[in-house]
Amino acid sequence: MPADRPAPLLDVRDLCVGFPARGRMVPIVEHVSFSLPEAGILGLVGESGSGKSVTAMAIMGLIDTPGVRVSGSVRFRGRELVGLPPRQMRRLRGRDIAMIFQDPMTAFTPVYTIGWQIDEQIRAHERVSRTQARARTVRILGEMGVPDPERMARRYPHQLSGGLRQRAMIAMALSCNPTLLIADEPTTALDVTVQAQILDLIRSLRATHGSSVLLITHDMGVVAQTCDSTLVLYSGRVAETGPSGRVFDHPGHPYTAALLDSIPPLYGPRPDRLPAIAGAPPVPTDRPAGCAFGPRCAHVHATCTAAPPALVPLGPGHAAACVLPAEGTPLPPRTVARGDACP
Amino acid sequence: MTGLLRRAGQTLLVLFGVSVLVFGIFFATPGADPTARIAGRNASPQTMEKVRHEYGFDRPLPVQYAIMMKKLFITRDLASYANRGERVVPEIMQAAPVTACLVCGAAFIWVTASIAMGTVAAAMKDTWVDRGLMMLGLVGISIPVFWLGEVANLITQNRYHDTWLFSWVPGLGYIPFSQSPLGWFRALVIPWVVLAVMFIGIYSRVLRTDLVTLAGEDFMRTARAKGLSPVRVLLWHGLRTSMVTFVSLFGMDFAQLAGGGALLTEVVFGLPGVGRLTYRALTTLDLPVIMAAVMYSAVFVVLANAAVDVIYLFLDPRVRDAR
Repeated sequence: MPADRPAPLLDVRDLCVGFPARGRMVPIVEHVSFSLPEAGILGLVGESGSGKSVTAMAIMGLIDTPGVRVSGSVRFRGRELVGLPPRQMRRLRGRDIAMIFQDPMTAFTPVYTIGWQIDEQIRAHERVSRTQARARTVRILGEMGVPDPERMARRYPHQLSGGLRQRAMIAMALSCNPTLLIADEPTTALDVTVQAQILDLIRSLRATHGSSVLLITHDMGVVAQTCDSTLVLYSGRVAETGPSGRVFDHPGHPYTAALLDSIPPLYGPRPDRLPAIAGAPPVPTDRPAGCAFGPRCAHVHATCTAAPPALVPLGPGHAAACVLPAEGTPLPPRTVARGDACP
Repeated sequence: MTGLLRRAGQTLLVLFGVSVLVFGIFFATPGADPTARIAGRNASPQTMEKVRHEYGFDRPLPVQYAIMMKKLFITRDLASYANRGERVVPEIMQAAPVTACLVCGAAFIWVTASIAMGTVAAAMKDTWVDRGLMMLGLVGISIPVFWLGEVANLITQNRYHDTWLFSWVPGLGYIPFSQSPLGWFRALVIPWVVLAVMFIGIYSRVLRTDLVTLAGEDFMRTARAKGLSPVRVLLWHGLRTSMVTFVSLFGMDFAQLAGGGALLTEVVFGLPGVGRLTYRALTTLDLPVIMAAVMYSAVFVVLANAAVDVIYLFLDPRVRDAR
């Protein structure tokens, strides 16, 4: 990183997470590095089981499986979070780093009102009275586009629709004005129209609240619409990282290219079948010695199977963990995909 | 409000059904003469004739049912022939408060103790504290209540009664609260604990399992992500949600105990409650008493169930809306 750039808000270096299983450590996330500038939106993309959520949970310090091993470094505003005492971590959680979860149906405690649960978070971090907390709750709910926020605050989670619940969830996450918002598949459980609204809301947060967002998704279309930069994870390792524009136009990793191919085009003739990536990602206990994507890759050859390929720089901030560019046979640039996905 | 009314209507309907069933089992079973059963063993022909007329056993079944219900609930003069004309209903009404005191006290102990044990065990999951508490719970479940009661009696009434430790324990039997509150407490405290032991075991284990399962729920993760302390997450989010399961379990057990299920405890400690009354009636084959006791117990179970439903309304907003 050039010296003249300001220190990033979040700087993750060599993050590894291993879970114990049958007497040995199974690596779920391996040497993941990325950084997120102030007011930036980073998309963390990958299939189910690629380690996206585990990465997010590790940043939040929410993994409490006995015997789990988290190593590497997570610096938040220059402060190391890995190994931070639980009490200090708790003070950061919800106040400086907030999280939105995938399924708003189950993410609220069913026996309390929405307002009560948002008040609770405010009062956990700040010395304010019940009425002050409620006033702020109502204000934020309103800002998140919840109609009639005062009445909604008195409602129970099951009485709200999925979209409203996700707005309430975002309101709760923003209630203490966090600088970093981690959104773990915030739109997966919602229907398409609501999905677009929620994405709009998340995108607008950096202007209205100055929040940086780490957006976790499996949907390249969502990344195209929302994120400044993209990080593609495959089987717990970084496959490709870079500014969204570059990644979408010049994918350096065959996996990224295949993901981009699987976005249905919005304009022009639609293919009968969307191209799919054959096979399934390797299970974490049985990752190949070489490139984890090798067994599913159309370009696989002998050099791929020896050792996991290192990240090769492809341009400013752009890198891919693939041997092809170094061998002088990079993937062809794509000129239509981004235009299609993001008109 | 309409929900409550509808609930009350349902309760009445269930009670009617239960009474018909109980009546049917006792008096409408073919091949047995209910007159002989009511009159008791070796009754004289005159008594038989009197009973047959009084209970309308020479008239159709619906009339018999109506007479029986009238005798149970309106005139309350159902009499026991085996026990020389003792009125049955007042007898039960006298026994009911004793049972109620016993069961309520025990319930208080088992709810408090099992919540404490279950929560601590869940919070310290997989440590020796957790394992120790759950082992203790299993021991509590495995000990038969009559054996525990007899051992308690042996120690406090017999072996060590004269030592300073147990000299305060009064003799077996019941002391009404109105007569001496302290005596009432002393007479009941050991039965309370003995009756509660098994339930403490069951409830603490159920609660621990429930809390451990809940710990994996999304909303518990949300609560932790909010930056709440582990204690607050466990108590305000986990335990509060667990109470929904806990109460439904509690309602069942409480109802069956109050309806006479504490029979063994009452017999062992000589408490003149509904259970002991039933026990005595069973040994003398005193049919009217047995039937009245069964009716009483059924009524109690149904009413307690309705009460649990009302508590449910307060505990679970989802149920509130479903009505």
